[in-house]
Amino acid sequence: MTQPMKPLLTSRYGIAESWKLANVEPAGAYKVAREALTTRTPEDLKEQVKKANIRGRGGAGFPAGVKWGFLNPGEGEQVYLVINADESEPGTFKDRSIMDLDPHRLIEGAIIACYAIGAPVAYIYVRGELAFSIQRLEEAIAEARAAGYLGDKPFGIDRSIEVYVHSGAGAYICGEETALLNSLEGRRGEPRLKPPFPAVKGVFGMPTIVNNVETIAAVPDIVEMGGEAWSALGRLPGDGGARLYGISGHVKNPGLFEAPVGITMRELIDDYAGGMLGDRPLKAVIPGGSSTPVLDPRRKVDAPNEDHPLHKWHGMSEIDVPMGVDTYRALGTMLGTCCAIVMDDTVNMVEACRNLMRFYKHESCGQCTPCREGTGWLVDVLDNLVHGRGKADDLDLLVNISNNMMGNTICAFADGTAMPMLGMIQKFREEFVEAAKAGVPEGVRHDDSVRSVIEGAA
Amino acid sequence: MGFLLSPERETQVDQILTRYPERRAALLPVLWICQRQNGWISPEVMDYVAERIGVSTAVVKGVVTFYTMFFDEPVGENVVWVCRTLSCDLRGGKSIQEHLEKKLGCTAGHTSSDGKFTLLKAECLAACGQAPMVQINDYYYEDLDVEQLDRIIDAHATQGAEAAAAEFSTHARFGSPQPSQGAPKTSAPPPPSDEAVRLASQPPPAAETNSGGGEDA
Repeated sequence: MTQPMKPLLTSRYGIAESWKLANVEPAGAYKVAREALTTRTPEDLKEQVKKANIRGRGGAGFPAGVKWGFLNPGEGEQVYLVINADESEPGTFKDRSIMDLDPHRLIEGAIIACYAIGAPVAYIYVRGELAFSIQRLEEAIAEARAAGYLGDKPFGIDRSIEVYVHSGAGAYICGEETALLNSLEGRRGEPRLKPPFPAVKGVFGMPTIVNNVETIAAVPDIVEMGGEAWSALGRLPGDGGARLYGISGHVKNPGLFEAPVGITMRELIDDYAGGMLGDRPLKAVIPGGSSTPVLDPRRKVDAPNEDHPLHKWHGMSEIDVPMGVDTYRALGTMLGTCCAIVMDDTVNMVEACRNLMRFYKHESCGQCTPCREGTGWLVDVLDNLVHGRGKADDLDLLVNISNNMMGNTICAFADGTAMPMLGMIQKFREEFVEAAKAGVPEGVRHDDSVRSVIEGAA
Repeated sequence: MGFLLSPERETQVDQILTRYPERRAALLPVLWICQRQNGWISPEVMDYVAERIGVSTAVVKGVVTFYTMFFDEPVGENVVWVCRTLSCDLRGGKSIQEHLEKKLGCTAGHTSSDGKFTLLKAECLAACGQAPMVQINDYYYEDLDVEQLDRIIDAHATQGAEAAAAEFSTHARFGSPQPSQGAPKTSAPPPPSDEAVRLASQPPPAAETNSGGGEDA
């Protein structure tokens, strides 16, 4: 089994009232920020983050150090740091723990990052539902300001760094970085066309770096250990460090764990999450949030060619491939947010799929026709299938709709809908065929109305 | 009668306006402040916010209707959001919802006849490891079964929201690894006929895939 690592990101979670400065400062909070701001250059810090090979923790896995390198502010342009705490991808619940249990780590990371990229202001955009986490962050920011770590002359250096919390108000799409920027500017959360990318023209038309909470919270450890040493924690090339793994669904011990990059899904389920609930067989696992195509443990990696990136795992189950951004891409899925949803053999995959597609229908911002209409059509067809109104060619229709959504919209939401839809059909086709013939039995069917709007007083 | 914010909240708005280089960026925070005072975003509130921020009422309405947490109709004293998305569904979210409908005497999307509770379905609330869960007003209540849910709802009805939250609400938790002991390991079900499935020869399109959920692209 995997040996649990020495905790880094989570090292202060166990401290009593770990959200208070007085309790975490003796455990090292702001030590790195003080050292970084008073003795190191921004270039040095950026170099450490680059060497750390930290792949963005929000889902896309873009190297954070490379992203920071895209900044090239012109004369009179102000750089902004925006921290994406709009954690809403179904199955994902990791960033909330940082904000609830160690908000000072996030603020310390923000201070170092602001100093490194030359941003005087950071906004933390938190989804509106997390009112409690927002409260914790606000209190922690006030403490840090009172201690002289934020505001004018943080740690006495000749700069100003402000960190503000900005509350969203309920919209998954605001996790898409350009939608987030629109929302931050007081607009509807509709994604923007790229280019220009945020590093060139972001919030308020200024160069902006958008990073996930976990990415920024890792910065103090990266700076303290040095980029190379931090990177070496991971087990995969070009994908460094340790990260938070979430696991939910049918396991005995669902929750959040910190482990090196590159453990396998089987390790996560068996060695961390206590194995399958009721010792039932594992049927399927959605590896990193609902937009990542499902894994089927029956399937074997087929990579006989020696130069295939997955050749080392040829003939092994999909769930024995190390969890990394590049390995999972080669596997035809995505690592995403690294928070898995585990399903046992009682789950009907058509129904599970319908549950998720309802999510996308509800959350599509409606800007682009293929996405606005496509998500609705997918739900309609799946509704027909589960209610026994399906036809044999409905499978082709689902594939056709998905293919017409992919790549035809402003943002990646439609791709994030179509990819898991296609993955479900590819891997559990027999269940869709079955549903087209006979529907899904009543006891297995779940949720028949999507209604999160108010319909007036009863 | 126009809508007016309390003097303390006006000060809060003034303070928030200093955080942004553009006034309009304060739109969401100001709407939140108004909703906390008024309970919902009435047409009068929209007029007030438009005036205060310096945009048209149409702009405000466009924003209010985009976000699920801004109510453009009155709601009950407490708003109960029950998560319906997959992780909660796998752990019995449906029974939580059905129990709430029975207990409150209204279906999702409606307000109980005593005006105390509005029941709404929510999409994933980022608490999947502690599923099933509900959000009531500003707080999360996790790892629920119907008995616990009864206690929580009753506490809201009898002691008020703050007292109920102090007693029952939950925040994020961190797990310790629990290796499966002696129990069967993740045994895969029997393989399908086409055992070896060829990998996609192309990586998935778009380096930046999904949106939402803390995107990092």
